Formats: sequence, C-alpha cells, structure tokens
Amino acid sequence: MTASIIHRVSGAGLSIVGLAVLTWWLTALAGGADSYAAFAKVAGTLIGKIVLVGLTWAYFQHLLSGIRHLVMDTGATFELGINKTFAILTFVGSVLLTAAMWAYLLGVVK
Amino acid sequence: MNGGDSSTPLGKVRGLGSAGEGGGHWLTERVTSIALLLLGTWLVASLLILPALDARTIVEWLHAPSGAVPMALLIVIGFKHALDGMKVVVDDYVHDEGNRFACNLVLLFLAVGGGALALFALARIAFGASA
Repeated sequence: MTASIIHRVSGAGLSIVGLAVLTWWLTALAGGADSYAAFAKVAGTLIGKIVLVGLTWAYFQHLLSGIRHLVMDTGATFELGINKTFAILTFVGSVLLTAAMWAYLLGVVK
Repeated sequence: MNGGDSSTPLGKVRGLGSAGEGGGHWLTERVTSIALLLLGTWLVASLLILPALDARTIVEWLHAPSGAVPMALLIVIGFKHALDGMKVVVDDYVHDEGNRFACNLVLLFLAVGGGALALFALARIAFGASA
C-alpha cells in the first residue's frame, strides 16, 4: 500500500521536477560557460541540494519499486510475508543507494 | 457481439480500468521502464565516473557519440515513460471526463515540448564545437 503510493509520488516527482531539472541542465550546458555557471549556482544552494538529493532518492525508490512491480506483474511475490519484505527492501535500498551516491559525489568516499 | 462469445456486458468492461482502454499503453509502460533501468544506470554510472562535473568535462562527454546517443534515448524514452505514468495518475484521480481530457492534453504538450527542448539542447552540445 505505502510502497504503491510512494511509487506514484516518486514517479510524478521525477516526471515534473526531474525532467525539468534535466532539461534545464542540458539547456544550461548548451548555452555556454555563463549559463552553466548560473545553473551550478542555483544547484549549489541549500534548496538546490535538497532538490537534487530528493530527486536521487526518488529515482532509486522508483527504480526499486518499479522492479518490484515488474516481478509482481509475473504473478509472483503476492504472499503477504514476502510482499512486505520486498516493499521494505525497496525503502532500505533507495536510502542506502542515495547516501552512497552522494557520499561519492561529495568526495566523502573515494 | 459474435456468436461464440458468452461473456456478459459486465464481463466485457471488467478489467479495462479507469481509462476504459489501454492494453498497449500498459505494455509500453513496462517496456520503457526496462529501457530506463539500463539508461538510468548508465547516467548514474557516468556521473560517478566523470573526473569532474564542470561544464567543460560534461560537454566533452556529451559531445562524443558514446555520451550523446544514450542521452538522446534517455530523453525520448524518459519523457514517453513520464507521459504514460502521469496519464495513469490523471485517469485514476480526475473523474470528470472533460477535465481528464484537458489534463491529458496539457501533459502531452508538456512532454512533447519539454522533450523537444531537451533534444535541441543536446544536439547543440553534441554537434557544437568540441569543448
């Protein structure tokens, strides 16, 4: 139940905010050094970082719960116990992957 | 109604969902999701492998076919998958038929317009002067 609604929320977030940021990033790159600097400045603010970390989490969450839905499409894992375990694993996995990616990007882990 | 079909009218509409159609849409959503599994992993891996994330390094990466082609696919398939997914959300939560049509029309225009803009920006990078 929770995993299903989070799949929709993360998907909607990626569709609206994620694709807007991707498009802005590409147009900023295409516009030259000055326009990319303007993008990087906004991305580097606290709100910018929160949005980027949030998008990273939404991506990994949607990816993992998407895999869960593909498995369920085959008719598997509908038993209550394994279904719940799989749902919890998507949340644990998305948080761990987000933390790992940002730790690497910010140079905490090399 | 053909002769060999014994299903009731209720049986015929059951399972069609709130959109009233969409077997092909359902499958496309799954196929694009698997493509995005690969392309998303490629994007994350590329961002992690790139030596720096300054404009020069990224432009150089997207200038090469090995960067530009997957990115073009990511844009096209990403916008398509987003449109398909958002249509499901709209069909499920917007109950008035007129409003639902309007919402889906706005989504379609946003997806096509946004996708075209992103592709144009990528083309400028890919076919522009080398960084």
